[in-house]
Amino acid sequence: MSALSSKIQEVFDEPACGKNHGKSEKERKKGCTKQLVPGAAAGGCAFDGAKIALQPITDVAHLVHGPIACEGNSWDNRGAKSSGSKLYRTGFTTDVSELDVIYGGEKRLYKAIREVVEKYDPPAVFVYQTCVTALIGDDIEAVCKAASAKFGKPVIPIDAPGFVGNKNLGNKLAGEALLDYVIGTQEPEYTTPYDINIIGEYNLAGELWQVKPLFDKLGIRVLSCISGDAKYREVAWSHRARATMMVCSKAMINITRKLEERYGIPYFEGSFYGISDMSDSLRQTSKLLVDRGAPADLLERTEALIAEEEAKVWQRLEPYKARLAGKKVLLITGGVKSWSVVSALQEVGIEIVGTSVKKSTAEDKERIKELMGQDAHMLDDMTPREMYKMLKEAKADIMLSGGRSQFVALKAKMPWLDINQERHHAYAGYDGMVALVKEIDKALYNPMWEQVRKPAPWE
Amino acid sequence: MATLITSRKACTVNPLKMSQPIGAVLAFLGLDQCMPALHGSQGCTAFGLVLFVRHFRENIPLQTTAMNETTTILGGMDNIEQAILNIWNRAKPKIICIASTGLTETKGDDVDGYLKLIRKKHPELADLAIVYVSTPDYKDAFQDGWARAVTRLVEQLVVPASELHHKKNVLGAALSGLLQVNVLAGSHLTPGDLDEIRDVIEAFGLDPIILPDLSGSLDGHIPEEFMPTTMGGTTLDDIRRMGLSRMTIAIGEHMRPAALALQDKAGVPFEVLDRLTGLAACDRFIAMLAELSGNPVPNKYRRQRGQLVDAMLDGHFFFGGKKIAIGAEPDLLWSIGNLLAEMGCEISAAVTTTHSPLLEKLPAAEVMIGDLEDLEQQAQDCDLLITHSHGRQMAERLDIPFLRMGMPLFDRLGAAHRLSVGYRGTRDLVFEIGNLFMADAHEPDPDSWVPPKEESATTPAASH
Repeated sequence: MSALSSKIQEVFDEPACGKNHGKSEKERKKGCTKQLVPGAAAGGCAFDGAKIALQPITDVAHLVHGPIACEGNSWDNRGAKSSGSKLYRTGFTTDVSELDVIYGGEKRLYKAIREVVEKYDPPAVFVYQTCVTALIGDDIEAVCKAASAKFGKPVIPIDAPGFVGNKNLGNKLAGEALLDYVIGTQEPEYTTPYDINIIGEYNLAGELWQVKPLFDKLGIRVLSCISGDAKYREVAWSHRARATMMVCSKAMINITRKLEERYGIPYFEGSFYGISDMSDSLRQTSKLLVDRGAPADLLERTEALIAEEEAKVWQRLEPYKARLAGKKVLLITGGVKSWSVVSALQEVGIEIVGTSVKKSTAEDKERIKELMGQDAHMLDDMTPREMYKMLKEAKADIMLSGGRSQFVALKAKMPWLDINQERHHAYAGYDGMVALVKEIDKALYNPMWEQVRKPAPWE
Repeated sequence: MATLITSRKACTVNPLKMSQPIGAVLAFLGLDQCMPALHGSQGCTAFGLVLFVRHFRENIPLQTTAMNETTTILGGMDNIEQAILNIWNRAKPKIICIASTGLTETKGDDVDGYLKLIRKKHPELADLAIVYVSTPDYKDAFQDGWARAVTRLVEQLVVPASELHHKKNVLGAALSGLLQVNVLAGSHLTPGDLDEIRDVIEAFGLDPIILPDLSGSLDGHIPEEFMPTTMGGTTLDDIRRMGLSRMTIAIGEHMRPAALALQDKAGVPFEVLDRLTGLAACDRFIAMLAELSGNPVPNKYRRQRGQLVDAMLDGHFFFGGKKIAIGAEPDLLWSIGNLLAEMGCEISAAVTTTHSPLLEKLPAAEVMIGDLEDLEQQAQDCDLLITHSHGRQMAERLDIPFLRMGMPLFDRLGAAHRLSVGYRGTRDLVFEIGNLFMADAHEPDPDSWVPPKEESATTPAASH
C-alpha cells in the first residue's frame, strides 16, 4: 500500500469520529467518503479541502504542483483574513505543461521551490499535490525533502490530490501533513497555564478577531490557531498548549485527537456561533485549563464575563426580536454550522423550517433533533428545484446558504444570506450574533422586495 | 510590431491564465437548455462553477463525471455513461456538452469512442445532442478552450444547406438565408456586448444567429420556473440552420477556426473582425453590414458615431503619452490595446495567456506570455493597470488606477453588462478610462517646478 493510501485508511479509521463508533470493521475500512454519482455530484475535491484548511496560514508560500486549472481557476478566492503577512494570498503554481506531463514534473517543481524561496523567502513552503502530477508519478515528498535540505527551510508536501476524495478528506489529509512535518518542530518563547489551541477556525471575514478579545479579557492566550491568521511558527509550537478547542465539527478531528494522544492536550468540541454556544465554549476552555493547573479563579472570572456579555448582547438583540419572531428560515449548509446556527437563530425567535444535514455527523443530527424537536425537517439532499419551490411558495422567508445556491433564492425573489466561506460579514461570538441578526433583518426588510415582486403593469 | 517573449520561470506567480476546460464550459453555457460537464475529478467542476458564479452572479449549471483514482486508471467510460444518464434523467437537457481535463487526458481516455458505444447501447438518447471537446488543462488557455468548443459545435451540429433543403421548403429556406447571418462570438465579449452586436445587425434588417449566445443565458433574466439546465442561449435548431446563412461574421481572431469549419461544412463564406472596439474598427463593421444588407446606415448609428468622435476629441488630452499595463487574453488585449494606442497611449507592459497571430502585431515593443508577477514588474512606472479582478492586490501595491476587464470580475457588480463594443460602447469606455486619468491627476504645489537639487557635484560639507 502506498503512503498516501495508508494515510487515507488511517484517516478513515479515526477513533474519535462519532460516525465511526456505529460502524463495523468492514464499513470503517470502506471509508466515510460517499461514492460520488457521476452527473449528479457537487462540491470540491480533496485538494480543495487541503487548500481551504491550510491556506489561512498567512506567512507560508502555498505552491500548487499541477496544471493551471487547480490554482489558476481558484486562487485568492477565500475570505480568510490576516493581521500580518499577505503572502498566503499570492498564487504560486508550477502550471505544468504537456512536456512536463510526458517527462515528469519533478525538476520543474524543484526549480519552482527555489524561485519561491529566492524571491519571497517565506518561513516555509507548502507543496500541494494534484491529480495530474500524482497520476504521472511525481514524487513530491522526495522533491520536498531534497529542497528542504538544499534551501535550509521546511518544504512540506501536502499529499491530497483531488481524485482521492472530497473536501472533508482533504481537510484531514492536510491535518496529517501538519502532524507529520510541522507540529512539534518549534518551541514558543514562553508558555503560560492559559495557552490554548483553536483548531478548525479559519478567520473567515475576521471571525477569530471577533472572539479573541473575549479570551484576552480572561487572560487566555491563543497560542496557535489552526489555521486562521496563523503564522508558521505558531502552528509549529501548538504542541505546547494546555488545552484545545475544536471548531467546525470534524474537519480536523485528527489533529485534535493526536495532540491529545502525543502531547496529552485535552480537547473539547465547541462553536463560536450563537450566544449559548459561545458562552459554553468559554466555560469549557476555562474548565480544561483549570483542570490542567490554571488558577481556579479563572472559572469565576469566566462566569462573570459570560454574564456581562450575555446581558449586553440580549439588550442589543432586543429591538430585533419583535421584527424577527416567527420568521421562517431555510438553512442549507453542512456540518457544525447546521446545529450551531439553528440554536443561534432560535435565540431571537426565528423558526427553522428546514436544515440540510448532508455533511453532518450522527452527532450533529442528534444536536439538531434536540434543538428543533423530533419532527425537525432534516433535508439530506435537497435539490435546487425543491429549494426554489419552497421559497417560491413562501414556506420560508429567507434562505441561509453558501454562495453557489444563492440564486435559487434570489431568482424566486426571496431574501438570501451568505453563511459560507466567501461571506463578507463575521458572525462569531456575541458581536457576530448581533451582526447575523442585523443582516437577516436588513435582508428581510429591504424595501426593494415590494417592487421586484410586483409584475410589470402590462402583465 | 511587438517582440513575443515567453516567461521562462518554473513557478507561475499570481496566474493571469485560466484553464482550457472551463473556457469550453463557458462557450457551452451559451447554448439553450444545455448541461455542460467536465470529464475529470469533482474539483475541476467545483472550481469552474464557483468562478462563474462569482463573475456572473448567476446560477451555473455544470456537472462532473466525478472521476477518482481507480476510475481514472481503468478508464472513464462507465463514468461518462452514468453522467449522461443521470443528467438526462434529472435535468432533461436538449444537449449535453463534455470537455475533458488534464486528468483524463493524461490517462488518454478515448471519449469519442466511448460516446459511439454509449449511443449504441442507449437508443433512448437518440434525441439528445452530445458534443465532446478535448481540452487538456496542461495546454493552452481559457480562450483556446472556448475556440475549440465552438469549432466542435459547428463541426458536429451544423447541417449543410443541401441536406436541409431536402427536408424543408426549398424556397422558404433560401429566402430566410438571404437575411440570415451567423455571428461567431469570441470569449472576450460580454452578454452586454452581444446584445449590442445583435441590435446593430438587426437595425440593418438582418437576422443574426449568435453562437455561443451568453446574452440569452447569462444576462441575469428572471425565469418563471426553476430549471437545472441553461435557460436561454443559442438553440439547437439555430445551430443546425447556420448552414443556410449568407455569411459568417467571426468576432475575434480566435473564432477563425470555427468560421473555417463552418465554411468547410456548409460553404458559408466568412469575415473575421479582429475587434469591435474603436472608431475605425466600428466603421468597418457598420460599412460591412450596410453593404451586406443593401440598407443605408440607420440614423441612430450616424449619431452614435458623432458622439464617439466627440468623446475622442474631448478625451484625448488625458490619454496622450500615458503608459498602460495590460494583462489579458490575446483578443481582449488586442481590442483594448489598440483602442488605447489609437488614443495616444503607450502600451508599456503587455502580458497575455496564450499564443495568437495577433500578438506580434500589437502596437507595443514587447508582449509576454506570462503571469501577473511579470506584469507587476513591468508596470512599475505605468499610469493605468488593466486586467481582471486578480489585479487588485497588484494595483494596491503599484498605487495606480485600475480598470477591471476580462474574467473573472468577482469584486464588482455588473460584469455581464460591461459594454465595450460598438460606437456607444467605445464612447463609454473612453469616458471611463479618461475619468480614471482625470481622477489621478496630481495637483501642483509650490515645489512642483523647483529643480531637483544637484547631487554629488558638491560635497555636503561644501554647501555650508
